[in-house]
Amino acid sequence: MTETTRWFEDFTTGETIPLGSRTLTRDEIVAFAARWDPQPMHLDDAGGDASLLHGLAASGWHTGCILMRLFADNLLAGSASLGSPGIESLRWMKPVHPGDTLTATLHVLETRTSSSRPQMGLIRGRFEIVNQHGEHAARMESTLMMGRRTAA
Amino acid sequence: MRWLEDWTPGEAFDLGSHTFEADAIVDFARDFDPQPFHLDEAAGKASLFGGLAASGWHVACAWMALWIANQNRVMADLTANTPAGEPIPIAGPSPGFEDMRWLKPVLAGDTVIYRSRVLSARASATRPEWGILSIRNEGLIGDAVVFHFTGFVFMPRRPQ
Repeated sequence: MTETTRWFEDFTTGETIPLGSRTLTRDEIVAFAARWDPQPMHLDDAGGDASLLHGLAASGWHTGCILMRLFADNLLAGSASLGSPGIESLRWMKPVHPGDTLTATLHVLETRTSSSRPQMGLIRGRFEIVNQHGEHAARMESTLMMGRRTAA
Repeated sequence: MRWLEDWTPGEAFDLGSHTFEADAIVDFARDFDPQPFHLDEAAGKASLFGGLAASGWHVACAWMALWIANQNRVMADLTANTPAGEPIPIAGPSPGFEDMRWLKPVLAGDTVIYRSRVLSARASATRPEWGILSIRNEGLIGDAVVFHFTGFVFMPRRPQ
């Protein structure tokens, strides 16, 4: 196991944490959709052009999964993550097309300790995904469970 | 799919089930959620989950695949019963979802039964040709709800 370098106490209300970027290819978009979300708008140009998305576009679940991967690689790796109880809301605001580069950030909204589970703290955050044009592609509010340093 | 007007609040859909095998849990997690408790049995056992646990995104994606399979069956019936030349409704994208909860871990070998229920089907204020369908979606292991969320989908309105 790698050494834990980030604990609950290391998150501060109001801070914004960069989570890195990822460019989605056409092949990735189509492969994900074929497995999990096989709707015409996610599978080929004709289906995309005929839809409200104005061209082949990634499944929103794919965009969410890419956000999760960026979050895992750039923040959770080496952290005391204990998972998440859920997602309060997720909004898909702009379609994600092949070749789009998504950049993610986490804005820490609230940190609080748990009286029932003193070994963990809860972090409520707003995740933003912005494309290469500076447009918001998605926004998510979610809660994380994070181990406390004092409990280690 | 169906026109917006064809969805009735309270209508329920049994979507079938998905079994989360250990290999598939690990494959999904390697791609999208590489945290130790989703990648490794021992790390899962040592975690709050008590075993190798599927990523919550994996649990959600399995719902999506079953929802689309269900809707494609509805669509096939509709297409078979619609006269040639009549328009066929095709669902739009989703603007998002709310209140997603992972209430209990989904562990290697677990089978999750999925079901969905229509909450409302409302006209869109900004897009006259579209409305928004709201659906409550659940995943169960046995009788216990382990996963739920409320989803929204743009649905086309019946042509006048």
